[in-house]
Amino acid sequence: MEHNVCAIELKGITKRFGEVVANDGIDLQLNRGEILSLLGENGSGKTTLMNMLSGIYFPDEGQIFVNGEPVSIRSPKDAFAHGIGMIHQHYKLVDVFTAAENIVLGLEEGGKLDIKAAEAKVRDICRRYGFDIDPGQKIYDMSVSQKQTVEIVKVLYRGADILILDEPTAVLTPQETDKLFEVLRAMKADGKAIVIITHKLHEVMALSDKVSVLRKGKYIGTVKTSETSPQALTDMMVGHAVTLNIDRPRYETPVGRLEVKGLTVLDGEGVKKLDGVSFTALGGEILGVAGIAGSGQKELLEAISGLCLVNQGEILYTPDGQPPANLVGKTPMQIRKAGVAMAFVPEDRLGMGLVGSMGMTGNMMLRSWKKGPGVFLNRKDPNELALRVWKELEVVTPGTDFPVRRMSGGNVQKVLVGREIASAPSVLMTAYAVRGLDINTSYTIYNLLTEQKMKGVAVIYVGEDLDVLLELCDRILVLCGGKVSGVVDARSATKEQIGLLMTRLGGKEGA
Amino acid sequence: MNHEKKIPLIRLAKRDGMESWKVWCIRCGSILFALLLGALVMALAGANPVTAYGTMISGALGKKSAIRQTVKIAVPLLGCALAIAPCFKMRFWNIGAEGQITAGAIAASYFALFWANRLPSPVLLLVMGLAGALAGGLWALIPAFFKAKWNTNETLFTLMMNYIIIGVVRWLQGGPWEGRKGSQIIPQFDEAACLPRVLGVHCGWIIVLVLVVFMHIYMNHTKHGYEIAVIGDSVNTARYAGMNVGRVMMRTMFLSGAISGIVGFIVASGANNTLYDGVAGGVGFTSITVAWLSQLNAFAMVGISGLLAVLSKGAETLQTRMAVPTSISDIITGILLFCMLGCEFFINYKLIFRGAGRKEARHG
Repeated sequence: MEHNVCAIELKGITKRFGEVVANDGIDLQLNRGEILSLLGENGSGKTTLMNMLSGIYFPDEGQIFVNGEPVSIRSPKDAFAHGIGMIHQHYKLVDVFTAAENIVLGLEEGGKLDIKAAEAKVRDICRRYGFDIDPGQKIYDMSVSQKQTVEIVKVLYRGADILILDEPTAVLTPQETDKLFEVLRAMKADGKAIVIITHKLHEVMALSDKVSVLRKGKYIGTVKTSETSPQALTDMMVGHAVTLNIDRPRYETPVGRLEVKGLTVLDGEGVKKLDGVSFTALGGEILGVAGIAGSGQKELLEAISGLCLVNQGEILYTPDGQPPANLVGKTPMQIRKAGVAMAFVPEDRLGMGLVGSMGMTGNMMLRSWKKGPGVFLNRKDPNELALRVWKELEVVTPGTDFPVRRMSGGNVQKVLVGREIASAPSVLMTAYAVRGLDINTSYTIYNLLTEQKMKGVAVIYVGEDLDVLLELCDRILVLCGGKVSGVVDARSATKEQIGLLMTRLGGKEGA
Repeated sequence: MNHEKKIPLIRLAKRDGMESWKVWCIRCGSILFALLLGALVMALAGANPVTAYGTMISGALGKKSAIRQTVKIAVPLLGCALAIAPCFKMRFWNIGAEGQITAGAIAASYFALFWANRLPSPVLLLVMGLAGALAGGLWALIPAFFKAKWNTNETLFTLMMNYIIIGVVRWLQGGPWEGRKGSQIIPQFDEAACLPRVLGVHCGWIIVLVLVVFMHIYMNHTKHGYEIAVIGDSVNTARYAGMNVGRVMMRTMFLSGAISGIVGFIVASGANNTLYDGVAGGVGFTSITVAWLSQLNAFAMVGISGLLAVLSKGAETLQTRMAVPTSISDIITGILLFCMLGCEFFINYKLIFRGAGRKEARHG
């Protein structure tokens, strides 16, 4: 009985990158004639998991079964041999080739290449599922959605009956998305098994039969789409409210410190990363910034600290006892000198703000290297600062010259945050300051931020964990797709409320 | 179990860090391994490896005159390695030292050829050195400017610039600076334009040793050196710290080119006493080897440039005494570079073999 055998089954799949656990004992099941949505925030491990199915990574632990048989997938070729095909977010097509040429590229068939026969076969596949492409058309003449179609046909041409699509709708217009869903439904009716990676809830509801949710690399659960709701899925995605007991005193007299008006930032390709963002940050409060990864958090902090070009809007900064000044157009150095500090912890932790090959002293110097007369570096003061941070924040390192790249994540972040605080800023911005940290170290960082707040500093805290945002911050600004979808009082807001604002379910339907 | 065999034979995992004694053991091991491979090559060329290595060492260091020759080879190598070190530290791949040497040599030669009668020797030499530095620096500044402004590829750019400037020398040789008509040779410099000798070798060796100290201090104790190190590690971090990345690039390339230009002046004035199209003679490329093998450490460069000079001088002796081709030394240098750079891979990564992986999984 074929119905009882899963097309794909994953058991206890674990993948680590260094000390980061990207997937932690994941179980998953998928039958033929079924569409499974893999749901989770960015960084929850969806793509990593699927890359193991398509042969790009090899799991550290666990077993993959295809049609009930244990298999080991070492390369994309193995994946195809098992009928698994993945359509990646970034298409892998040769621009100057036609659709049919791209489709047969890399196939090892004996004999002469018969492009006519290949084109006929491509047309046949297109007719069967309702694709709309011309096999003889060159890739550079095609729209994004046509290129995606070529990728899908390529996978089908190779005989895949298990298809994985990584955020296929990210680049499509709503009409194209509808068309894609039609095709996927046709393939489902044909008995194919389909996985679609996404974090858009309305698509999940519209398309899939069941939903598996990942959160921070862990498997949360699988539900039938017909038996769930966007609210329930949001809960699974963001988790249940947990009481953390973070100390949150009130600062008596908050003062306006930073006022952002209609801030708009375009990236290199002209895509709006921030769209008319306005808010105020007060001295003596922690303003949380919530949002699904990539909603404009990074651009917001970079715009304020002068690292990226502002296309429109004003950033008014009011130092103590001085009139407000517009920060737009100032250099990062001038902004820093004015008292605006940023501690940004990127995904790879070291990419911005720290020099991996240097020790604590070298990294403390990033703030002060230009100080002092003459051409020589002043090592003494940074070294003293390094010793102070080492002691006060209990950084675990053999010495102040030990490369920070080789320290553990928590210690790296202590160095970063410690340095920013040491510069006695009046606006302190942190992004993902507790990313990957254990509970105790996280609390150290929370306390440091609260201490700054009580000194009258305007703290902006970009975070991922809603529980922390709710307990640490005074107000929370929610970003969605580069726009402010709401500002809530952290003392009275609920997790559900923020979760809905993040995906815009509270207001308009998410894009 | 059948499917266990299907686990890949070797997998790679990044190492977090290794004790430094182990690192040095691996590095020394790689040199030994390279010399062994070199011995194999010599044996294939028909020489007894032990006598061959012996001949090379005695040929390079056996006599005073041999040592002088070896030092003469080492001087430009060392100087040029010092020049490209800051660029490489910044991850700016300047492979145009060859051209920067030549540019410096041209500028120095101009004063040597046309100002020798008008200036006293010390002043003339100083002017030649300064002109060489300026010319080399400006020649290096061009690709840096384009990189800073339009993010052009510096590797190709600096490489192509080499051929242009060497073409310029050929034109000078056959045209405006030609000595006897039809000779295609630029005349020998006046005595006043030649570097004086100290301990039997032109005093360029003193200049490069001073440069060693200068470069060590510059890279490790100055604000400029700090900027270079930060940019080399992460351009984003450098911007975050308020550094003007483009300006630092141009400044560093100017400095690098200027030192290469001084090397050009030393070679033309001290070693050749004239200018010809082979003035750089591959030094600009070999010095990349020196810089990498020394891990950009200025003092280590003294040793490595010495080692390569011994190999190269020794190979000459090998050819005259044992009829083994000099290209043997190039082969050994190549093997040495390959092994020493290759061993960094084993320092940074560990290999997990199929069997070991299974053991780990069981423990896990």
